[in-house]
Amino acid sequence: MSLLSYLINGISLGSVYAIIALGYTMVYGIAKMLNFAHGDVIMVGGYLIFTFVSTLQLPVGLGIVLAVVLCTMLGITIEAIAYRPLRNAASSLAVLITAIGVSYFLQNVALIIFGANTKAFTSVVNAEPIKLFGDQITISGETIVTIISCIIIMTVLTLFVNRTKAGQAMLAVSEDKGAAQLMGINVNGTISLTFAIGSGLAAIAGLLLCSAYPSLTPYTGSMPGIKAFVAAVFGGIGSIPGAFIGGIILGIIEILGKAYISSQLADAIVFLVLILVLLIKPTGILGKKVQEKV
Amino acid sequence: MKEKKISKNLQDNLITIGIVVVGYVIVTILSASGVLSNLLQGLLVPLCAYIILAVSLNLTVGILGELSLGHAGFMCVGAFTSAFFSKCTEGVITVAPLRFILALLIGSLTAALIGFLIGMPVLRLKGDYLAIVTLAFGEIIKNIMNVLFIGKDSAGFHFSMKDSLSLNMEPDGMVIINGAQGITGTPKDSNFTIGVILIVLTLLIVLNLINSRDGRAIMSIRDNLIAAESVGIHITKYKLMAFTISAALAGVAGVLYSHNLNSLMATPKNFGYNMSIMILVFVVLGGIGNIRGSVIAAVILTLLPELLRGLNDYRMLIYSIVLIVMMLYNWAPNMIAFRKRMANRFSKKKEVA
Repeated sequence: MSLLSYLINGISLGSVYAIIALGYTMVYGIAKMLNFAHGDVIMVGGYLIFTFVSTLQLPVGLGIVLAVVLCTMLGITIEAIAYRPLRNAASSLAVLITAIGVSYFLQNVALIIFGANTKAFTSVVNAEPIKLFGDQITISGETIVTIISCIIIMTVLTLFVNRTKAGQAMLAVSEDKGAAQLMGINVNGTISLTFAIGSGLAAIAGLLLCSAYPSLTPYTGSMPGIKAFVAAVFGGIGSIPGAFIGGIILGIIEILGKAYISSQLADAIVFLVLILVLLIKPTGILGKKVQEKV
Repeated sequence: MKEKKISKNLQDNLITIGIVVVGYVIVTILSASGVLSNLLQGLLVPLCAYIILAVSLNLTVGILGELSLGHAGFMCVGAFTSAFFSKCTEGVITVAPLRFILALLIGSLTAALIGFLIGMPVLRLKGDYLAIVTLAFGEIIKNIMNVLFIGKDSAGFHFSMKDSLSLNMEPDGMVIINGAQGITGTPKDSNFTIGVILIVLTLLIVLNLINSRDGRAIMSIRDNLIAAESVGIHITKYKLMAFTISAALAGVAGVLYSHNLNSLMATPKNFGYNMSIMILVFVVLGGIGNIRGSVIAAVILTLLPELLRGLNDYRMLIYSIVLIVMMLYNWAPNMIAFRKRMANRFSKKKEVA
């Protein structure tokens, strides 16, 4: 029975990772860059919802919408100021280091505004827990909402990429920027759109993460962000279903590792998974191998 | 022509080493005349460690063209293995310099071994994987060091991942690594002079590597991997070589750092992600690929916040802005073109006048 409840917790945590990983994988697929600041947008999302709902006492729905919109704008701004000028830089290290700078910047701004103290996040999810097997297993409302949101987001995103013009433009840009531009696709606009979607998702992930684990610090986002990247690599970077599968598996591994091996080494176990994946199948579960042409 | 080029390299290297030696002489005179505050004096050995770290990271970032975010992790490995060794052998080897040299070898070789093991799977891949794996590695090492307990008694070594009681030691036993409390009472075998000697050694190793056949092979991989491969350069071998040397030097910094501390703990502040980022800021500010720049940037950025105490709250924020602005200024194609235009305009004006 306890194994089953661990599995459910794992799927719940994995769903959050999956939502973050979706943002990572889309940005990586299209801009070919590791957006280190993605995890910190989650943290910003968490603080925004905290401010709107707990401090300003706005209605929950309005607070969420405002936070998602602001995070979306933040994502677009970061891309325009810090990443776009470096898109054709001679070294791919340049944009990577800038992304680390942005991540660090967001953390320290949050540190100065909100302080280093942990903020108690009141869950904004208002759902009754489900009891199974005569009260032996309780599934919290947060868990249910997280899993359902993840499935909805996954489905909508897949439909968006495959069925709409903007989604097709994303695929084209990720395949070949130059050719896409020649076909009349607005490359800069498409990349901005990708960052916007990724950051909006990050805000939702921040909301779900902080509802499930109700403590908020300026560093809340960085670990889940890195783990979500591990999930994206695990599932095959650039692939939307891959991010979903990778996220869920990673969540389960982490919770089981915490329960059966050591709670302090759970992070280490997750990173060990990354190293093993890179060792055995670097393209991930659903990734495609792309041959580089000269 | 060839001879002239070599002598220019030599001259450049001599200037870099000269700067370090002159810095050492000035600091020694200042500290002998009592001008330096206690705070600054306490900062001298960590400063040496930071300089070594910055030079070693520059080898990875600037010369090899890969990003390592776990340099603090390699430093941590070097620090803990060497402090462990020194503490175990404190009663056996009583000559401090000999003990330090052995500790140095152990610390740097362990760090090199781990760098090699991590580099082997990761450096074969393309893309940004090294950054994320080294970041992960740094966190793993920090986590492990916080739950590791090792004790020694008449029956030998005891090992536990839980707490010091579960080591089951004889009454005469001594806990050497005490989980989150780390290692206390490492003999203070390092000092500023040793630190400077190690800096000079590090510089000699790195500068010689850069100007050697191997160094040119490494830089050719950075500049164009496919072209380098097509002229027969063994990509993985040279990448691994640079990365392993870089890890070993980070280990040296760790040895220096740990033998200056009474209690060595793996906190996020000294061996975590923050430390790795700080070293990266040194490298970026000093100029990626510019070894002398790393030395100077490490000195300035370590001393400046100490002199301007009020800035301490904003220190990390300023670091992050420095990182972003420097990268945009140095690498954005539009910015490079703009700077060239500006330079042209100014030089033309001079001709007219």
